Parts: sequence; C-alpha cells; structure tokens
Amino acid sequence: MKEIILAKVGEVVLKGLNRKNFEDLLIKNIRRKLHPLGAFEVKASQSTIRITPLDDDIDMDEAAEKVSKVFGVVAYCRACAVEKDMEKIKAAAVEYLSDVLEDARSFKVESKRSDKKFPFGSPEISKIVGSHIADSFPELEVDVHTPEVTVTVEVRDMAAYVHANALPGAGGLPIPSGGRAAILISGGIDSPVAAYMMAKRGVELTAIHFASPPYTSERAEEKVRTLLELVSDYAGRIEMYTVPFTQIQEEIKKNCPEDLFTIIMRRMMMRVSEKIAREHECLALITGESLGQVASQTLGAIACTDETVTMPVFRPLIGMDKKEIVAISEKINTFETSLLPYEDCCTVFTPRHPRTKPKQDMVRRAESSVQWDEMIEQAAKNAKVTVIYPKDSA
Amino acid sequence: MEVYLDNSATTKISQSAAEAMERIIRSVYGNPSSLHAKGLEAERELKAARRAVADSVGAEESEIVFTSGGTEANNLAVLGAARARKKRGSRIVTTAIEHSSVFEACRQLDEEGFEVVFLEPDESGHISEDAFSGAIDENTILVSAMLVNNELGTILPVERIQRIIKRKNAPALFHCDAVQGYGKLPIRVKKLGCDLMTVSAHKIHGPKGCGALFIKKGVYVKPLVYGGEQERRIRPGTEALPLICGFGAAAGEIGGLSEKMSSVTALRDYTLSQLLAIDGVEKNSPDDALPYIINVSATGVRSETMLHFLEGREIYISSGSACSKGKKSHVLSAMSLPDRRIDSALRISFSYDSSKEEADALTAAVREGMETLVKAY
Repeated sequence: MKEIILAKVGEVVLKGLNRKNFEDLLIKNIRRKLHPLGAFEVKASQSTIRITPLDDDIDMDEAAEKVSKVFGVVAYCRACAVEKDMEKIKAAAVEYLSDVLEDARSFKVESKRSDKKFPFGSPEISKIVGSHIADSFPELEVDVHTPEVTVTVEVRDMAAYVHANALPGAGGLPIPSGGRAAILISGGIDSPVAAYMMAKRGVELTAIHFASPPYTSERAEEKVRTLLELVSDYAGRIEMYTVPFTQIQEEIKKNCPEDLFTIIMRRMMMRVSEKIAREHECLALITGESLGQVASQTLGAIACTDETVTMPVFRPLIGMDKKEIVAISEKINTFETSLLPYEDCCTVFTPRHPRTKPKQDMVRRAESSVQWDEMIEQAAKNAKVTVIYPKDSA
Repeated sequence: MEVYLDNSATTKISQSAAEAMERIIRSVYGNPSSLHAKGLEAERELKAARRAVADSVGAEESEIVFTSGGTEANNLAVLGAARARKKRGSRIVTTAIEHSSVFEACRQLDEEGFEVVFLEPDESGHISEDAFSGAIDENTILVSAMLVNNELGTILPVERIQRIIKRKNAPALFHCDAVQGYGKLPIRVKKLGCDLMTVSAHKIHGPKGCGALFIKKGVYVKPLVYGGEQERRIRPGTEALPLICGFGAAAGEIGGLSEKMSSVTALRDYTLSQLLAIDGVEKNSPDDALPYIINVSATGVRSETMLHFLEGREIYISSGSACSKGKKSHVLSAMSLPDRRIDSALRISFSYDSSKEEADALTAAVREGMETLVKAY
C-alpha cells in the first residue's frame, strides 16, 4: 500500500494563459519544500498535483505538513494508491482509512472514474465500496447529505486512489508570481504577520531591519533573524538587510522636537528602505501598521510617512484588530519569539507624549535643519546582508 | 576484549558529544541569560542544541525543556501534569512496568489523593490497547505509558492512546516515557500523539545528567522548582550548557535508524539462538520486543552471581534494570514469572555498533558459567 499526497490547486487554475506558469512555479515550490525529506515525483494532472514519494522510508506526516505550507495549494489530502482492482480498492478503503472511520459517526463514498476501461461505473464503485465500509464498521451510518467523512475513490490512468476529507492548504498564490517587495521588520508581533500575508499573495520577500547599536543589541537582531526564519517556512528564502541606524537616530534626537521623534524616524526609515528596495529590484514596501494601533499609526502619521517615498507601500494589517493579528502570528508560530523583551529601534528614544495628529508641513519644517541625504545614502549603502532560509532546508 | 552489552543502562559517549562538551566547558563559559556578548554566544549554543533535540523527535524548539535527566523529566511530566489538572479529574492511568521514576511519582500522587491505576502486563509482558481503553474514563487526567520497556524491550501500543483519550472524552494528557526507544525507533511526537514525552541524553551516546521533556505547545504542567526565566519558567536554573550541548551533538547524530535496526535485529537473533542453546537459559522478552534488548533467565544461577562471573571476563551486562540494582524486578514480577526465573534474569542490551564478537564472547562465558557455577537452588 503506497501513500501519496494530492494537492488541490485553487485560484491558480483561473489564470487563463498564465496557468502553465503558475502551475510550474507551484510544482517547483513543492519540490523545493519536500527536498530535505527525500525524493518525490511531483506532477500535475487537471486541477490536482500528485506527490509520490520515491523512497520507502519517507516520513509522510512531515511531507504533508510541508505541503500545507506551500502557497497556491488550497487543499490537500493523503491518499492510498492501489492497483485498479475492485477487491484491492475495497480492502484499501477499510484498512487505510480505519483510523478516520473508527472515530466518525457518518460517511458517504464518492467516486470519480477517469479511466473508462475500468469495468465499474462511478455510482457502482461508490455502492460497492460503501457497503463494504458499512459492513466493516457497523456503528457507522451512511449519510449522503452531511457526512462526517467523505471517502473518495478516484480511478485514474495509472492507479486508483482512496482518500478521506481534504484538509485546507495555505491558499494564496505561488511565490514569486506576485513579484518582489521589501518588508520593514522590527521584531514585534505585526511585521512578521504582514510579511506572511504578502508572501501568501505570491510576493517574494526582502527584509529590512534597522539596528542602532549600542542602543539596540545583537540579540534584537538575532530575534529578527529567528522571526524571518519562521516566516521563510512559508515564504522561502529571504534576503535580510540590516541598516546601521544609530547616527540618524542620534541626529533626530539632537535636532528635532521630542514629540515628533517617532514620526521623523519613520520618515527616515522609509527613505532608507526605498533606496535599498530599488537597489534590489523590489517594487513596493510592506509595513505591519494597523490603523490607530499606536501614535505613529494614525491616519495623520501614516500620511506623513507615506509622502517621503514614491513606491507603493502595502499595509496588509491596516484594517485588522490586534486579536486578529495575534491569531495569525500564533498560526505561523512567530508569536512567542515576538514577545522576547529586547530593545529595538522603535523603542529607543520613544517620546513621552508623541504627537498623534502631526501635520505634514510642520514635520517637514521640524526636520529641515539637518542635511539628511548623505546620512540616508550611507545607511542604505552600509546595510549588511544575511540570507535567511527555512530551518531544515540545509 | 571489553564487551559492553549494557547499553540500556547507559552508553559510551560519542566522539562528537565529548568534543562539544569540552569546547563549551573551556571556551563558552558565559551564562545564556547574560545580556553581553558572552551570554549571547552561550545562548546561541543553547539554541542550536535545543534545535537538534527538537528535530530528533519532530518537535518545535519551544516544546523542548531541558532537565537533569530522564528521571527529572518523568517526574516533571507526571507530577506537573497531575497537579495542573487536579480540578478536572482525579484518575491517573499508568502501567505496572514503567520505569521507577514514573512508577514512584505515580505512587506519590496516589498518596496525595489521586486514584492511580497500574495496568498489569499479560504473561508475555504486553499491555493491550483494550487494557488502556478499559481503564481510561471521563475522570482521567493523565495517562503515562512508556514506549519501550527498559527490562524486556516490550513495545507498548502508545500510538493508540491519544485516540482512546479522545474517544472517551477524557480531560487527560498523555505522557510517554520514550527513553528506551529514543535513538532506536523513529520517534515523531505528532505520530505518537503525546502531549508530554521524556528523552535522555546518556542512552544515545550523550552525557549523563541531561534529559529533556517535550511539552506540546499549549500544554501546561506545574513546575517542580521555582526561580528564574530559564526553560520558559518550567525548569528554572542556569542551564547546564556543556551537558546540553553534548546532548545536542548526540541528538544530531541520530539517523540511519532502519539500517541500524536491521543489523541489531540480526545480531539479536544470532545471540538469542546461541544463548537459548545453553541448558537452563530461558527467554523472558516477547518475540516482538525491540531487538536492542534481550531479557533471559539463566535459571538456577542468581543474576548477581552471573553478573560478577561475567565481569571477571570483562563482559558487562545487567540484571533487570540498573536503576534498581539488587531489587527484585517489579516488571518481571508483574508478568507473574516464577521467582527462580526472576532471580536469575539477565538483561543484554545492544548499541547499533555492538558486534558479533561481543555476542560470541558473552554466550561462551554464560555457557561456562552455567556449567561451572554452583546452582543456588
């Protein structure tokens, strides 16, 4: 009895003439994701990608978990591949699905026969397999309308497949079908979630982190690397640029009004980020801002930071509540790491009473006494790069 | 030739584990909690070791809590889980063949007013799925069962336990003492379905004094000691970094388990056939036991006598389990074997690199012992 994984492709199939490209990307991503576990055959047929292990001792639990993290897969299920023989199909349904069927109260069988040479029609297959299951699990009831378990039998060209309910996949679109963008990441709860959400739409990520030693520590940077590593479990390889930001922060502190410190700092961050982003062919910036969450994330403040760059700035969390953001960070496993209590560039020099409704011209005037261009140039130029990979892809 | 066939008691340290420990002791002396660079350096080593151990059982890093060994991890699991859940029920289901660190912890809970059920094995040393099913009820808050019995090598049906808990609607956590299966069977916490799982370093060629408890994300156990922030406050105290890093190195070397299993199985079959050809030697391990462990009785010669006879020939094995030294095995007693067979029980435990020469030396010496030693009764 051989176990395989069937991955259902969702939105990807809607993409008309681009479909082939999307599908190829998806297959490539699945292959890359599964590579550390051993050899697999990954092949598309209709709207399903069939993933067959080629070595005997591959851990299929891990394989399934990895497939569940590939964007572009809407649903997936583990299936048992058997010879196209009615007796074998019946036996496989009972044996392979025994765990699921034992726990369920009701079931039905659905059959798909694409090999028209198979001597039984779909309704017949369902009937035969269904009654065999009912005999084997006397407590299980047939329910064709709202069954707890739907047993599916697919008779295809090469083999027959038996499986139970599909599980939801990661959804979204395959990376890098959405192009490349740069996420500004500090180490809090929000930015990893924002990165994940854009990656879900097929965006390939570059990360930009601001470090201000000795006000911030090596641990804060390490924390960001850990967070990105967790995000890369979904998003794949991420180039991270760490920007030396101490001088700019000190200059703001020395020369600008305290209540505008944060807003001016964010304007500088945007400027540096845009330079790095352009240099590395990113088409947009991404931030983890959520409207009104803190003083620098009011509409007024966002208008002030946005005017410093010409690139589109994506804020996928803008309309979300903290609770919703936390729920996603728990799902992608970044929550606990985000809580580690290190000073980061956003908490250094935090004003006691930040201005919540800054006016653009007032801010422009406040920062006009310093020549920032050269400092911004230097900060962008001296950013050091680290490449982050998912943890088991060595 | 030194013949060491007591690998279930402890193993020889591996080269890489010893090197890792020496490197840490000599140069990475910082406290992982210190904010400065020496602290960060130590924290990184701690993290790498944690990752190696987590990967070796298919867990997340944050699910691994380092302890001083298997005994502490078992105590933390059993006492900590029961005390955390005492408002939800009072029944604890375990087996009569657990390691003493689970067994005695459960007896302690019994004294504290919990109702502890010790499932008895059948004559072959097995405990069936049905036995668990019959004992677990809606009042059960903890099920603790070992993966592999340390004296006999019996493999328990632990993969079924979480399903039984679900089906019975029990508010129970499932703890698995996996010490004897670790590094031998391909352990995956998700597949085992456990909420808590114990492993130990020195059974996998790592150092003594270090173990780990896997605590599934979202599961809470009450700590046994209180103090700082280390190990997510579940096991505070400055981390034993040299030991932990030795553990990490040994965990990183776990691999090729199916090849190791086949070679040990062949060695076990060979050794057993040689031993059973000796007059008076009887097998106690069930046929389907983990091949790394053989339990036999050289009936008529007391275990300890045979042990010392063998040690005179530089052959090292064990009587029952090494933790309880001269005490009569509660496991063999639970199987209701005759006393004289229990008194003469020997445990031979292999490592993946045990050799046929070692097996031959052992069987020759046991034969000699059976022929020359004066029978006690």
